[in-house]
Amino acid sequence: MFSALANPARFMAFSRWAAPILGVIAVGLIGAGLWLGLNAPPDYQQGETVKIMFIHVPAAWVAMLAYACLGGASFISLVFRHALADAAAKAAAPLGAAFTGVALVTGSLWGRPMWGAWWVWGDARLVSVLVLFLLFVGYMALRASIEDEAKSARAAEILALVGLINLPIIKFSVEWWNTLHQGESIMRAGGPTLAPAYLTPLLLAGAGYSAAFGALWLERIRAEVWRRRATSLALRAALA
Amino acid sequence: MSVLAVLVRRELSLAWTRGGGALLAVGFFVAAAVMLPLALGPAPERLAAVSGGVTWVVLSLASLLSLDRMFERDFDDGALDLLALGPLPLEIVAAVKCLAQWTVSGAPLAIAAPVVAVGLGGPVALAPMILVVAGLGGLSFAFLGGTGAALALASHRGGLLIALVVLPLLTPPVIFGGAAIANFGSGLPWSAALCLLAAYAFACVALTPFSMAGACRNAQS
Amino acid sequence: MITALRVEDLALQRGERVLFRRLSLRIAAGEAVALTGSNGAGKTSLLRAVAGFIRPVVGRIAFEGAAGDLPGEDARRAGCHLVGHQDGLKPGRKARDELLFQARWHGGTAAGALAAAERLGLTRLLGLEVRVLSAGQRRRLALARLIASPRPLWLLDEPLAPLDAAGRILLGAVMAEHLAGGGLILAAVHDPLPLDARQVGIAG
Repeated sequence: MFSALANPARFMAFSRWAAPILGVIAVGLIGAGLWLGLNAPPDYQQGETVKIMFIHVPAAWVAMLAYACLGGASFISLVFRHALADAAAKAAAPLGAAFTGVALVTGSLWGRPMWGAWWVWGDARLVSVLVLFLLFVGYMALRASIEDEAKSARAAEILALVGLINLPIIKFSVEWWNTLHQGESIMRAGGPTLAPAYLTPLLLAGAGYSAAFGALWLERIRAEVWRRRATSLALRAALA
Repeated sequence: MSVLAVLVRRELSLAWTRGGGALLAVGFFVAAAVMLPLALGPAPERLAAVSGGVTWVVLSLASLLSLDRMFERDFDDGALDLLALGPLPLEIVAAVKCLAQWTVSGAPLAIAAPVVAVGLGGPVALAPMILVVAGLGGLSFAFLGGTGAALALASHRGGLLIALVVLPLLTPPVIFGGAAIANFGSGLPWSAALCLLAAYAFACVALTPFSMAGACRNAQS
Repeated sequence: MITALRVEDLALQRGERVLFRRLSLRIAAGEAVALTGSNGAGKTSLLRAVAGFIRPVVGRIAFEGAAGDLPGEDARRAGCHLVGHQDGLKPGRKARDELLFQARWHGGTAAGALAAAERLGLTRLLGLEVRVLSAGQRRRLALARLIASPRPLWLLDEPLAPLDAAGRILLGAVMAEHLAGGGLILAAVHDPLPLDARQVGIAG
């Protein structure tokens, strides 16, 4: 399927209807998930505030998904030298950073009533997401600091792949670090096992967030393709 | 004299003279570490509690800042082109550069680290572990830092960009090294952390030269 | 061993700008080609493309050996010398050390390097640091590796520019010997080379 989409014209035609449809699906799924979640019984320990998890946890999932997509697109771009794959990687980065930011902010808001602090280092997922945020920022900084587009694309691809390989190791090391220092903190990372009443809305919200990411990503890729076309047209007109 | 030996000798000599070599890195390390008691106050228990961790963090920064010209000098004066057209692949050249950096800057830093930690009030018993961790960790820092330096070549922007790009990637060695030091200090098992640190360092040595060579070729094109 | 360089239908691009299209060229052993063209036309880029640093958009660059085309990477790493605008010399190092490194790195010997220095009139300068040498002396030092470690294909980017008249005559003699021994020269120039060379113009 990817090779069929690799043709830019076909991709543009595909994304023209795919993006809005994904957006509608996203709204539907997120709405259903939030409605179910907000109507579920309050948690024994945390009361109503636990409900922020329906915004936080899917955002954290999609943050990881976004980096995987960034890495995947970078890999395709590096190996097959495909301009569309590079456009996809470039488009995914700020989007991923945004979802990561949402996850961090909502994680902080969740932690405040639970643990009394605006930020807790004892949550392994939160710390991993923070490092992930820095990876996105580093990627965007590298891309922005190289003027030549082709060189910037290639350097960013290499960085994305190095980051992708490192990411499981980073996650492992943060979780390992957290278990080491377990005795010093009072909270449990990741939260207790979820009751089914919470699991279903969480999965719905997760699917919805993924669809939202897909829709926004397609739109951003389209915008990037348009931008590149406009730039080369302008250049050709100037040199003609 | 084999070509590899010629390259190694040259890179060692260049690393020694480049940017003040070891003296500058160690000087920065000590100067930055001095900031801690100035900021935190002289209370010995408080300083002692954080001495190991702070030494480790400042060491990573000193390692990073001392390598930002590793590829840039060669890129600017045309030596990188020369190295690319030689008998050894660019990957080997990159690895040799990082190893030279580690030998010239990383080793003195590793020796200075226990001194700094003890100076900050840490227990003397911690010194051997800090030495080992600083040495192994320094290997990761040199190779990952080299990757950042190679990537930033195309941008002509130096130290801070490299640090921003590389620091999140340093999370695993920082965690493993810090855990080894902390556990050693409190009598807990430390061998797992040290093994993880060593494994990560060797993985860096094996894998990052490919990304460094790719980034150099990108900048040369 | 490279016996000929073949450029087929080459197009090069720098950033968004296409430098030139449909360039075809063949240099056989014993031949020299002088690339001419205005600044920015793509002479340096062509040399770097042959050296393997720039990927062509269209076309190919092939190195012919005794038994057919040689693999590009090996041919370049074993058979090419590139002397560009920058000489690759470290300013703070002694000229002798730089010369010895460059010669050995390209497969030559210390004795060969010192003989090359003798040929180019550099012997009394070897004890000095590179940064105190004049531009012409540095260029001769950089060119010394061409003699010290023989390789068939020479890619030269404005080799004569900083040299004085005596230096140019000397380089001309060195180049003539190289061609006589079956070597190939591709040089980007503004002034004519001091030997017989085919002129190829690069234009957008």
